[in-house]
Amino acid sequence: MTRSDLYDIVIIGGGPAGLAASLYANRARYKTLVLEKVGLGGQLLSYEKVDNYPGFPEGISTFELVELFKAQAEKFGLEHRNADVTGMETEGSIQVIHTSEGDIRSKAVIVASGCSPQKLGVKGEVEYTGRGVSYCAICDGPFYRNEEVAVVGGGDTAVEEAIYLTKFASRVHLIHRRDELRAVKIIQEEAFENEKITIHWNTVVEEVIGGNQGVSELSLRDLATGKTSSLQVPGVFIFVGLIPNADFVPAGVKRDPQGFIITDDTMATAVPGLYAAGDVRSKSLRQIVTAVGDGATAAFNAGRYAESLAHA
Amino acid sequence: MAGKNVIEISDSSFEQEVLKSDLPVLVDFWAPWCGPCRAIAPVIDELSNEYAGKLKVAKCNVDENPNTPARFGIRAIPTLILFKDGNVTEQITGAVAKSQIAAAVEKVVS
Repeated sequence: MTRSDLYDIVIIGGGPAGLAASLYANRARYKTLVLEKVGLGGQLLSYEKVDNYPGFPEGISTFELVELFKAQAEKFGLEHRNADVTGMETEGSIQVIHTSEGDIRSKAVIVASGCSPQKLGVKGEVEYTGRGVSYCAICDGPFYRNEEVAVVGGGDTAVEEAIYLTKFASRVHLIHRRDELRAVKIIQEEAFENEKITIHWNTVVEEVIGGNQGVSELSLRDLATGKTSSLQVPGVFIFVGLIPNADFVPAGVKRDPQGFIITDDTMATAVPGLYAAGDVRSKSLRQIVTAVGDGATAAFNAGRYAESLAHA
Repeated sequence: MAGKNVIEISDSSFEQEVLKSDLPVLVDFWAPWCGPCRAIAPVIDELSNEYAGKLKVAKCNVDENPNTPARFGIRAIPTLILFKDGNVTEQITGAVAKSQIAAAVEKVVS
């Protein structure tokens, strides 16, 4: 295959949204390519187990779920390439995608590039990333057997990962800037019942402090009293939200104030031929179950768009 | 499984295989329970083939070999470290794009 080949649909990102889009696009016999910069699976691979994906009453490990998504996409002709997308532009009615492996041309594009963890933005965070500062509990939790760790955040991910970390850590300090958690109630209840979890309410991290051996302590501030304190921990896991992976998306695409891509209910963006699906999209609930729905809808409508060009 | 140009190293072979290597070495610190490590594995294999003869590519299972990661302060995986003449030239944490790893490798291969 040469790089001048024209695709009907190119899907940027090989997570749940992208793989679902590929499944629907290939079954409709559109010439489809999935671009993934690391490996198929996306953010899903940063978690251990999924308990809320319908069809798996006992829950399913994320590894298994990714393998099942891949197997089904492959069965219907998944074509994917390892490439990092750096930019996009429109040439007439054709979308040109600039990648680390050269330009790729397509009639329609589905941006399913997901999100990255939001950083706290405090001193020491970047310096100690990988040496005590982490954004992935399943990856890095086992480095803290019988040690105390901190988790920052109050949403589903922060609280779930705090619970997960109690498998390894002797104590998990959950640091949250408000006086109540945002996480769904069933997860909150589990955290409140877990004797290894200590919640620090109305508290923020002001600095990550460490030395040659990595992180040694956190400087905390109580927002209610204004008092500062020190928490001696060798590790801090940060789950304070997500930022969209959308630096390469053209300026004509409308975004919400956080930078997520705005679409209509066909997943179409403000740029004709450009669709978005999954976590990168502006939406109220970022879950696997909503990502795959977006992917299917985007593939259906991107396909119709590609056909409309063919008949023009 | 690791590719044919990727060797497995341990705490005991680290000195010989990495620090005393004539070629620059890319070490992938990983573990079976780490999803992003699995995601990045095919990229590591590809790099080992593309730079065969110029770069040694090694994998270190941190579960079975705790001393080497501790020596480099590693508390996160995947971590990739590039060594040249026994010195660390680059340390990359997390599953990053192949182009980013290749750019670091380009700096040490001659």
